[in-house]
Amino acid sequence: MKRDIFDRLVAAKAAATPVALVTDLTSGLQSLVFEDAVHGGFGLEAEMLDEVRRRIRQDRSGLLTDPQDEDGFRLFVHVHNPAMRLLIVGAVHIAQALAPLAVLSGYDVTVIDPRGAFATPARFPNITLNHDWPDEALTALSPDVRTAIVTLSHDPKLDDPALIAALRSPAFYVGALGSKRTHALRLDRLRDEGLSEAQVKRIRGPVGLSIGAVTPAEIALSILGQITCVRRGENHPC
Amino acid sequence: MNDTLMADNIIEQAAAWRSAGRKVALATVIATWGSSPRPVGSQMAVDDDGAMAGSVSGGCIENAVAHEAAKTMEDGEPRLLSFGITNEMAWEVGLACGGQVQVYVEAVE
Repeated sequence: MKRDIFDRLVAAKAAATPVALVTDLTSGLQSLVFEDAVHGGFGLEAEMLDEVRRRIRQDRSGLLTDPQDEDGFRLFVHVHNPAMRLLIVGAVHIAQALAPLAVLSGYDVTVIDPRGAFATPARFPNITLNHDWPDEALTALSPDVRTAIVTLSHDPKLDDPALIAALRSPAFYVGALGSKRTHALRLDRLRDEGLSEAQVKRIRGPVGLSIGAVTPAEIALSILGQITCVRRGENHPC
Repeated sequence: MNDTLMADNIIEQAAAWRSAGRKVALATVIATWGSSPRPVGSQMAVDDDGAMAGSVSGGCIENAVAHEAAKTMEDGEPRLLSFGITNEMAWEVGLACGGQVQVYVEAVE
């Protein structure tokens, strides 16, 4: 890999800019494809460029074969997208287990809790903390289709505004901690706030896969398992 | 926390090694068939001391890939490697890998 390509790739990753490294496996030449620019060793036909950019959006690395080329011109597209995000509302005991588990799984984690006594660096080493009110924090962080949101505070004053903001975003996962009874009451409150049946149905609650989890770490595992299932598990019940 | 366990940071590891003055090669899974243990795009970085970060299988072929990576660091030529991992082989090395993988190995300038 040429130094210039490598340095640009490292910089793009550091800046959380989506990019694809395209390698011509026959010649070894490489180009970097961004949403609005191309840098590198060879040019790409407009059609191929569109396909590479489609793959960035789909987060799908793989081989491309040019149908125009009988010699089997083979390109490998390696998509480097920014890390998936997990936004946790409520800097509670379960969050202390969920945050590092999610970091280990490759998520960029933010813990949101306006209560300074909960969201402290001592309780959450190396985790990004946000002390804004949850709905304001979520709006500012603008969750996208690569974002998961979990509310854990058990306090409707924090969880409800967070859920309303979450359900108005395209987040791929929205989960809420609470028993069946707590969850039913929560859904009633959200309906009263004007959310539709389709919107409130997006909430995974009671949160997590049913694995008989008891301890905070086990509950965190069941939540991360469910997030993984929603993200990856086509044809799996989540 | 061990950074090399985290997903998709092998490029960063390679950059850190290179900044420290070490030679680095990258191995990337470009195609898989059957039940190969790691998906397309999985990467391993190897330095000229034989240090490894990341993986391209569940431990079945990393040694062979590191060996080829050393050659790539010597001559600068990329290599396209194909591995068919039979269950018999997997048994011999004590790993239950299956499937087939193609791995592209390149040196970082």
